[in-house]
Amino acid sequence: MKDTPGKPAPVTGATLEEKIKNAKAQLDAHIREVVRWHFSPETGTPFWLEKAKEFDFDPLKDINGWEDIKKFPIFQDDWLRGGPVRRWVPKGYADRPIYVFETGGTTGLPKTRVVIDDFRIDYEMMSDTLPDEYFPRGSNWLMLGPSGPRRLRLAIEHLAQYRGGICFCVDLDPRYVVRCLKDRKIAEAQYYKDHVIDQALTILAGGHDIKCMFTTPKLLAGLDEALRAGKLEEKYRSLGKPIPPGGLRSIRSTGITGIFSGGTEFTPQFTREAYEEMLDNGAVYMTPTYGNTLMGLACSKPIGPHDNFKITYYAPQPRAVIEVVNPKNYNELVPYGCTGRVLLSTFTKEFFVPRFPERDEGEREPPYEKYPWDGVSGVRPFSELAATTVVGVY
Amino acid sequence: MIQIPALRFGKTYTSLDKAQLIHHVTGEPIAEVSQVTGSMIARDLANMARAHRELRSIPIRDILAMYAKAADYFLNSALPCGDAELTYDQYIRHLSATTGSPIVFCDRNARKVHYVLSHIEEVIGGLTRGLPLEAFDKGYTTAGGRMQAFFPTTDVLGAVLPSNSPGVHSLWVPTIAFKIPLLLKPGREEPWTPYRVIQAFIKAGIPATVMGFLPTDHAGSADILRLCGRSMAFGDDRSMAPYKNDPRVEIHGTGYSKILIGADQADRWEEHLDVLVEAVAANGGRACVNTSAIWTPKNADAIAWGMAKRLATVKPRPWDDPQCEISAFAKPEVAEAINNMVDEGLKTPGARDVTQEVRGTPRLVKEGRCAWLLPTVIRCDSPDHPLANKEFLFPYTSVIEYPHADLLQRIGYTLAATALTEDPAFIAECMGCANIERLNIGPLPTNRLTWDQPHEGNLFTHLYKQRALQFAHAVTAA
Repeated sequence: MKDTPGKPAPVTGATLEEKIKNAKAQLDAHIREVVRWHFSPETGTPFWLEKAKEFDFDPLKDINGWEDIKKFPIFQDDWLRGGPVRRWVPKGYADRPIYVFETGGTTGLPKTRVVIDDFRIDYEMMSDTLPDEYFPRGSNWLMLGPSGPRRLRLAIEHLAQYRGGICFCVDLDPRYVVRCLKDRKIAEAQYYKDHVIDQALTILAGGHDIKCMFTTPKLLAGLDEALRAGKLEEKYRSLGKPIPPGGLRSIRSTGITGIFSGGTEFTPQFTREAYEEMLDNGAVYMTPTYGNTLMGLACSKPIGPHDNFKITYYAPQPRAVIEVVNPKNYNELVPYGCTGRVLLSTFTKEFFVPRFPERDEGEREPPYEKYPWDGVSGVRPFSELAATTVVGVY
Repeated sequence: MIQIPALRFGKTYTSLDKAQLIHHVTGEPIAEVSQVTGSMIARDLANMARAHRELRSIPIRDILAMYAKAADYFLNSALPCGDAELTYDQYIRHLSATTGSPIVFCDRNARKVHYVLSHIEEVIGGLTRGLPLEAFDKGYTTAGGRMQAFFPTTDVLGAVLPSNSPGVHSLWVPTIAFKIPLLLKPGREEPWTPYRVIQAFIKAGIPATVMGFLPTDHAGSADILRLCGRSMAFGDDRSMAPYKNDPRVEIHGTGYSKILIGADQADRWEEHLDVLVEAVAANGGRACVNTSAIWTPKNADAIAWGMAKRLATVKPRPWDDPQCEISAFAKPEVAEAINNMVDEGLKTPGARDVTQEVRGTPRLVKEGRCAWLLPTVIRCDSPDHPLANKEFLFPYTSVIEYPHADLLQRIGYTLAATALTEDPAFIAECMGCANIERLNIGPLPTNRLTWDQPHEGNLFTHLYKQRALQFAHAVTAA
């Protein structure tokens, strides 16, 4: 499949220093283009054109690169709750088909984001990081993750298609699970999780040659538990299919070779457990990602015992930038290795989000060859907010 | 700092996720405890049938001999504690340091664990009502000319344990003697006792493969209760609510223990003051068997005042003071929250804090990193007052004046009741009362336990079911 227009060119450079410098130049140029797009009267986004009247600067003249982004106020996520959602559609894209994706929404109004092609571009960039050995081109995928008004289902489906495969999906409403947990209906939440896993087993038993999977940490563990309990073998028996020699009691035995997974529940310990105890010491490849509907997705450095399963994420610059900042002063980056709140900025022609404080914290990581810009490791719910966060299966 | 690993049924596991335990007075880090996930627990539980077979194959007499050795090791040996070795005294100091329970309480309660280990035959004899031991090797006994056969209800007992007092560990200690493998999820601040008992067992010869020490979070605890065929869990009413109707889970929750003073003794209350005070305040008043309400047909004001005068002398003392009578709260915010709950309840007319009137100082005391809640006696005009039927993590009781007529219908669930009476009619009523689990008749405080009788369920009947069994002669001969 051809690339979707708008995919940035990879950063070039002979040395890390040169790559860092080139990445910075690329980001500055990209920001100039995106700000012009969102704030010009012809192509601009109604929300931002209105908001700009409150600014004491002119975005068209005064924003010339990354350093100027601090002039924008901190993005309030409440701006994304409620309509009219059209105010987020740039005039320049008014005639394009629009998707709306939601995030949150267990209680109150969910945040909404309009999308045209961004999810395709983001996942095509992500695809470029996947090793073909474990994610073979042309192989089929299982999307064992949330369905409904989220972009993830469409994004994974596009990823599979972009790599020449077909994606099989389950029905999963994560809001229902969170609701069960908040109401302390533990058994009901478990029953629903079992129902989701059962759908995955049915797909795996269907002979669809699935080699790749997206899933969340909790569902990966749930699938592993079901396989070990012989649930896939039961499914084969119920379908009158012979059980292959060696059985079907591990993820590896199902034929899955690559797993793309996401969520802030991805701790080094969970990664180690998955690597050692679910994925046959890395025989099945797993790559964690960190993302959300607002940003797109950040890829991780390869994980494994060499690095004590440390997970370090890098944003898809120049389309998004992650900063790790002092939670009391968002203008102040914490030193490398130190803990701070994740501040996220998204710069695409579809969506402009400057300086949005995520609900996560982590440690600031230095640039490296593959991603010559800052990263973040140890991502976890922001400690000042963690007590109010309920994590379900998603 | 001591590194305490998880014990995954014979395999030591050091996790990347660790809970750090700190000294409640100094803030100094004491230990890091490896945490496991629910999915790791699920994976380990897949091997329990094999572990059960292994334990079943050991003759019961051998197991009881191992208990005797383990009892000795528990009290008298230096035993491994992660990468350290701790003597009994060191174990008690660490236990006190991380839980806030004074050394004197920790020692007293840890000796209850030793008692059960060293009197295991008596304990299982009580729980099985004298079932001959051969039944645990053969699955049945015909002693006394009557066939009695039992089968295990599970391959493993999961125990989700609290941090408040080591005495509760006496409840699961007999499990191995019942030949059932054991999965222990320790309370966050109290890994010490479960780990030490397991080490004593291992040193005495019990296979490490039949015991798990798996520190985990709330979700992991829920997985234990979901996946173990039988389990016991300690928690408040809210956290235990989802398991209320699950017969696989033995709930050890709020006790709402009470003293019921008979009409014949109400005028003699002063003679019983020692019993009343001990029932409320022994062990820092934190146990589910500590009295939290006193019901009397008369003299409630005098009883409340008399108790308040005695309890108002209790003061916070350093954790290693042998005269300690109350526990510190290692998290002062918990003490503040409880104090606020009492104060909030007092805003409803019909109740007064008599101890505070006697003492003249606030209930909440803060010093350094710690806080204490001083003993509190609340005189409630009615059993319907919000403070009449409450239980808190400190010596607390309400005193309620209520006529005898329908007293036993009004008291609600009561884990331990002391009926202070010599009136045969009232005793008979108490004997027939379904609201009461443990019943002490006469001047025995609610907290005085015998370990050979059931406590919030009988561990033996939780782990075994009786079955009908018949043999054809040819089979018995074989």
